[in-house]
Order: sequence, then C-alpha cells, then structure tokens
Amino acid sequence: MASPDDLTFQEFEEAADLLSSNPGASTLSISSPGAAAFSEDVKVDLSDDEDHQQESSELLGGEKQTGGFWTFEYYQSFFNVDAMQVLDRIKGSVMPLPGRNFVKHHIRNNPDLYGPFWICVTLVFSVAISGDLYTFLINKGNPEFHYRPQFNKVSIAAVTVFLYAWLVPLGVWGFLTWRQSVERHISGYTFLETVCVYGYSLFIYIPASILWTIPVYWLEWLLIAIAMVISGSVLVMTFWPAVRDDTRLTAFATMAVIVSLHALLAVGFKLYFFKTPTNTGSSHSGQQTTPAANHTTLAVGKHQ
Amino acid sequence: MAEVEESSKPLFAGLSDISISEDIPVEGDISVPVGSQNPDDDFSTLDEPVKDTILRDLRAVGQKFVHVLYPKKSSALLKDWDLWGPLLLCVTLALMLQGGSADSGEDGRPQFAEVFVIIWFGSVIITLNSKLLGGTISFFQSLCVLGYCILPLTVAMIVCRIVLLGALSSVSFVVRLIVVTASFCWSTFASTAFLADSQPANRKALVVYPVFLFYFVISWMILTFLPSP
Repeated sequence: MASPDDLTFQEFEEAADLLSSNPGASTLSISSPGAAAFSEDVKVDLSDDEDHQQESSELLGGEKQTGGFWTFEYYQSFFNVDAMQVLDRIKGSVMPLPGRNFVKHHIRNNPDLYGPFWICVTLVFSVAISGDLYTFLINKGNPEFHYRPQFNKVSIAAVTVFLYAWLVPLGVWGFLTWRQSVERHISGYTFLETVCVYGYSLFIYIPASILWTIPVYWLEWLLIAIAMVISGSVLVMTFWPAVRDDTRLTAFATMAVIVSLHALLAVGFKLYFFKTPTNTGSSHSGQQTTPAANHTTLAVGKHQ
Repeated sequence: MAEVEESSKPLFAGLSDISISEDIPVEGDISVPVGSQNPDDDFSTLDEPVKDTILRDLRAVGQKFVHVLYPKKSSALLKDWDLWGPLLLCVTLALMLQGGSADSGEDGRPQFAEVFVIIWFGSVIITLNSKLLGGTISFFQSLCVLGYCILPLTVAMIVCRIVLLGALSSVSFVVRLIVVTASFCWSTFASTAFLADSQPANRKALVVYPVFLFYFVISWMILTFLPSP
C-alpha cells in the first residue's frame, strides 16, 4: 500500500481492520497518485464493505458492535431496545400477518437478547407453575392424592426450553449459512436474528400454558393447535423467503423440520407437564371431563 | 548549597548567569507523618471488643430492614450496601421451606440448594439485566436491594408456617394466599422504589418485569409449601 503520510491515521486503521476481518470483501482499488485519490479509495472500500456485511451472514451482525467480546459494551449492544419496541415485537409474534417477515419488519437490524431470554425464563416458570396447578385441579377429587409441589419440574422445563431456544436456532442458522455458501443467491439471517425469531415466537406459549390449567380435554388440544399454528406461522414466514430460492426438496424439508420441532415442543409440554392421570385405582377411564366436574363439586362440598 | 554550586559549575556553565534570589523560601518538611498523626488511627477497629464489632454490623442490617419495611426514596440502602442481610434472609427462607421432618425421596419440594440458587442466581441475572440495559446502579448495590426486599416474603413464610400449625382447610389457604400476595406486592414495590430510578424512563418496564417475576416465583414457592404429614 502507498505510504499513509497524507492520511489520517484513523481511516487507514479502519480500512485495514475491515479488510482483515473480511478478507473476501470486494474492494475497489483506484490506482492513482495523490492523497485525495487514496482517501477516495478508502471511502469506497468502507461503503462497499458495509453493504456486503449486511447481506452476509457473519456470526454476529456484521461486527458493528463496539469492542471485543470480552468487553461489557459488546453485550450492551444487544440490549439496545426500549419497552415499546419489545412490546411491538411481541405483538408482531402473536399476530403474524401474511407477507410480513418478522425479521425484516420488526427486528430491522436491531436484534436484541432481552426478549428471547426473558420470554424463555417466563415460559419455564409459567409451564412449571401451570403444570403444578393443573395436577392439583385434576386430582382434586382423588382421595388418595396428596398435593406435593413438583418443584423439580422447573429444572426439566428450564433445560428443555433453553436447549430449544438456543440449539435449534444454531442448527437452523448453520444450515442456512451452509446453503448460502453453496448457492450464493440465498439470503441468510445472522445468528442473533434467528435466536430473536425463535425467542419471540415462543411467547404465544405463555398465555397458552396458563390457559392449559383448565382441565377440559378438548380445550387443551384446541389451544395447542392454535398456539402451534400461530408461532409456527411466524417461523415459516420468516424462513420461507430464505429457503425459497433453494431446490424444492431442500426448501420443503427445512420447513418441515422447523415446524415439526416446534410441534414437538408444544406436545411435549402438554404430555409431560399437564399429565392427565390414567387409571389410578379408581374408575378413571379415558373421558376426563365429566368425572372431573363431578369430583370438583364433591370436593367443594367437602371442604366447606 | 555552596558545594552544589561548585560541583555543578563545569556541567551547567550556562547557568552561572542565573542568580537565585534569596528571598524565595526554598525550604520545607518532606517527612511523611506516621504514627499518631495518621487520622485513620482514630477509627481503628482493631482494639474494640468483639461485641461492638458484631453489634455495629447488626445495627446496620437492622436499619436496612426498617428501610425496606417503610420504603421511601432514601439512599441508605444504596450507599452502604452489605450482603449480610440478604444472606440471613435467604438462609432463613430456604431452611423454612424444608419442612423440618425427614423428607421422603419423591417429595417435589424445593431443595435447599434450589432455593439458594434461585435467589442468588436470580438476583445476579436481574442485576446483569439492569446493567446491560444501561442502569447506573452498581452490581453489589443492586444485589443488596434485591436481597433485602425478600424480607416481607420471609415474614409471610413465618406467618404461613404458623397458620399451617393448625388445620389444613380452605380458610387457611385463603389466609395464606392473602398474606403471600400482600407481601409479594410489598417486596416488588419496595425494590422498584430503589431500582427504577437508575434507569431511563423508556426502559423502566424492562427492568421492573424481571423483578416482578423473581418475587412471583419466590411467592409461589412459599404459597405451595405444605408440611409433610
């Protein structure tokens, strides 16, 4: 490179840093003497790199954060949201309108970790607490059932939810990045955006899990279906534009895997935390609604 | 002074023109005051009886308890933070959630370690959350506030244990529910009175919600406590 005597030191360093971090970036080199032309060269490099970086799926959003990953400011940049923005994103995840890509419309290059993290924590506790309530309500008339707080279920719920909310986006992001490297015309998402989409899409399960405490059999499965459809459609509408340009088989297979994993999570919650008791010695058969209602009225009479 | 001038003449020949006026006082005392002149010696705590040391800390903890029970916008909790109070409250709460008699193996009651981890780990995460959102409160100050505001919930736990000494009926459940709900609201209100000021206005809700969730989980653990039969 030419001697940087006429340049400001900062510009040169920035260009060198950008080039070293992204060696595959397209750079224009205008070979002409004079400082002005060289500084033009640097400026063109910067803008070109920025555009390229926004499209490329680098791990963490194009390195526009300050500092390295060992500084506090690095992580602070992931919490750069207001209360209204978080509420807006939650609303967008609960009411998915067709054609509105969650990432493009709501996240808009500002992925945050506040939403996914606290939605996961809330989901863990709401599933565990609602499961506890449900077990209590459904066994209310059972004389041989002593209520015990099932607190160990919190640990299991926590492991499940956090594994789902972090490993599955990792897999999806890795897969999309790999496909993007194979076929250039596919647009991918950054890892944080994927985590964001998955985190916000889990929000619908929180009110669903609270409503699952109502021990009415058909209502529970109806709620599961509604919750799965809503959050599944958020995921589908986000990821379909990314895989649409791929071969049909890959596209449909990816969508099928995403949707089925989501369904598995919902059904798993229901079957593990909201277990309807089978034959427990008394005459409990498959139908749950009428015996439970009878037992509840009997139990209320007893307690008074 | 004379010897210095003589030895320095060949080296600093140009300086011989400069004359130092003798009116300028060039004297002073460069000895460092040690021993009895050190002001810290007046507050040395090494010689006092042990009772004074313990009582001083206990008084500080008790004063903070009073501040929690009547939460005004005072900075006493924040300025001299200490973690004795939170430790005391956490251990008391975790012990009282144990049930006393030998637990059967499949008891789903929260273990001591679970309660401890939830309280401390939860406080750390809430503090980190508040700092990541741009809060101006320091790490240990926030831990101190969150820990001290568990006091109403500990009081509720004691009341629940006393109520549970009687018969297990729906009346006792309603009483426990009311007590736990009241202390939950008290705890949340007290801690937000201290914590919410350190955040910009548009992020207050983002900081208050995890605190709400934290005390809600602890309240749930207290409410569902049943002594083993």
